[in-house]
Amino acid sequence: MSTALTSRRRAPWQGFSDWANRHRKWVLATPAIVFVIALMVLPLLYTVVLSFTDAEGSIQRAFDFVWFENYLSILSDTERFWPAVWRTAIFTAVAVALEMTIGTAVALLLRRPFLGRGVIRVIMLLPLVATPVAVAMMWLLIFEPTVGFANQLLGWLGIPAQGWISDPSTALPTLMLVDVWQWTPMVILILLAGLVGLPEEQQEAARIDGASSWQRFWHVTLPMLKTTVIAALLLRSIDAMKTFDLLYVTKGTGGGSAHEVETLNIYAYALSFDYNEYGMAAALVLLYFLLIVIVLAVLTVRRKEAQR
Amino acid sequence: MKTATSIESRGFVRFRTVFLIVFGLICLAPIAWMLLASFKTNIDIYDPSSTFSFSPTLKNYVSVFAQADFLQFFINSLVIGVGSTALSLLIGVPAAYSMQRFGMVKSSGMILLSRVIPHVTLLVPWYFIFASMRMVGGYSSLIISHMFIAVPLIVWVMIGVFEGVPEELEEAARVDGLTHIGAFRRIVVPLVVPGIATSSILSFIFSWNNFVFALVLSGNDTRTLPVAIFNFIGYASIDWGALMAACVSITAPMIVMALLGQKYVVAGMTAGAVKG
Repeated sequence: MSTALTSRRRAPWQGFSDWANRHRKWVLATPAIVFVIALMVLPLLYTVVLSFTDAEGSIQRAFDFVWFENYLSILSDTERFWPAVWRTAIFTAVAVALEMTIGTAVALLLRRPFLGRGVIRVIMLLPLVATPVAVAMMWLLIFEPTVGFANQLLGWLGIPAQGWISDPSTALPTLMLVDVWQWTPMVILILLAGLVGLPEEQQEAARIDGASSWQRFWHVTLPMLKTTVIAALLLRSIDAMKTFDLLYVTKGTGGGSAHEVETLNIYAYALSFDYNEYGMAAALVLLYFLLIVIVLAVLTVRRKEAQR
Repeated sequence: MKTATSIESRGFVRFRTVFLIVFGLICLAPIAWMLLASFKTNIDIYDPSSTFSFSPTLKNYVSVFAQADFLQFFINSLVIGVGSTALSLLIGVPAAYSMQRFGMVKSSGMILLSRVIPHVTLLVPWYFIFASMRMVGGYSSLIISHMFIAVPLIVWVMIGVFEGVPEELEEAARVDGLTHIGAFRRIVVPLVVPGIATSSILSFIFSWNNFVFALVLSGNDTRTLPVAIFNFIGYASIDWGALMAACVSITAPMIVMALLGQKYVVAGMTAGAVKG
């Protein structure tokens, strides 16, 4: 209807605009795709190259290719690498297991509307949005051995004071508790969102058949919720494996010999920015990334199976 | 509603009430403790008898804000948060639209990968690239690094939002003579405003809270708040009162945001996890 009109005021940019309109699928998507690829894929390739070299100190310095030497020396490092793998695994497994258990329980309690449900949901948001560095500082004060609230609370209960974060033997478990405090609400929110869509008829039917509430949860609700549960597990496992702020702020990279909370993430940061062992660090972060991808793949396959 | 109440026994309701009160207290208590400490003198912090009974003082806040730098860091965080959010919306929203409408959702796997990759993996290459372009210590490198989190987040949230806008609406508008862009601007955009609010709030929160990028990429003048409060510790004795006042000051805007935009924050945090 507007051919006459448009041809009359055809501007020089009209050609471009027509072209852009015809290819709008790519015109719209390309900037974002290029941005993410440029910031992720190219650095990853660069890291792969670095991992085969002996780059260290100043990056301007020339480096030689040493091929798999970095990988070999990392994989044979039983002093820092393997303990870090172990700590990452323990931290993730224990914290996420607690988060999933408590999270599922609370989500089920919050399933139906009742007075005060809204208040609880708002309170839960606070740990999630609070700045992680501030959260870490806050817990440092609470777990401070002499003035902290944690030991004060133990005192009221008649339990002797603990060293918490400052004690090498309890530092990692204490920080797991902090992770549980901060991220259990995330599991709850995800499960609540999943629960919204679930029909209640089967629940009711199972109840009439005389199933106990535990049986109803285990045989009726949980199977229906399975994909959501695995999604929450996936998200939390990957994020827990990547925990940085909390560990770095409370314990730093631990200089010297205090590596009691050194996970792969913290060790990778130390190698990169404290020791400037770029080649070695590159090999380490790639192994670390591989580990995460494996966990992701396994859980994604489980999720696909559950969806069927 | 009727069946719901009949399922819940009296015992269950009582158990739920007690459990949730304890749970709520555990969520709140640490934050309350930080807040209390921020109003205490260090003498009160070190005195176990003045846990709850002390005369509150604003001295910690005054000393934090009296440092000219603190305001500068506040502005830095704001500039980087707003900048990265705005730029990410600019490229992320159209990308999400295109991916959803033209069936590229599967190819958006890069989004998942960027969510999974540990940031420390990218930091060394970024540092060298930005250093070679003399961008380390400036706003640009920080904004770009924060966009790396925000763009995938926005695309992820917005794909779900565009799924909820029926294509028929747009087609109808085109039949009525609107161009593609016109239909997008007049029909689609108004419908996705809540989704844009969700992704903007979330993107800003992530930027504000981010620590590791600014730790490596910021300079003296572009330090963000998390890095600034991190620099508080590391001295022989910690000024706990001032530290807690700084922590409250940096967390407060996020908490206010979460309270006001509750619906949006929840929507963003759970986006994609349920169906995906």
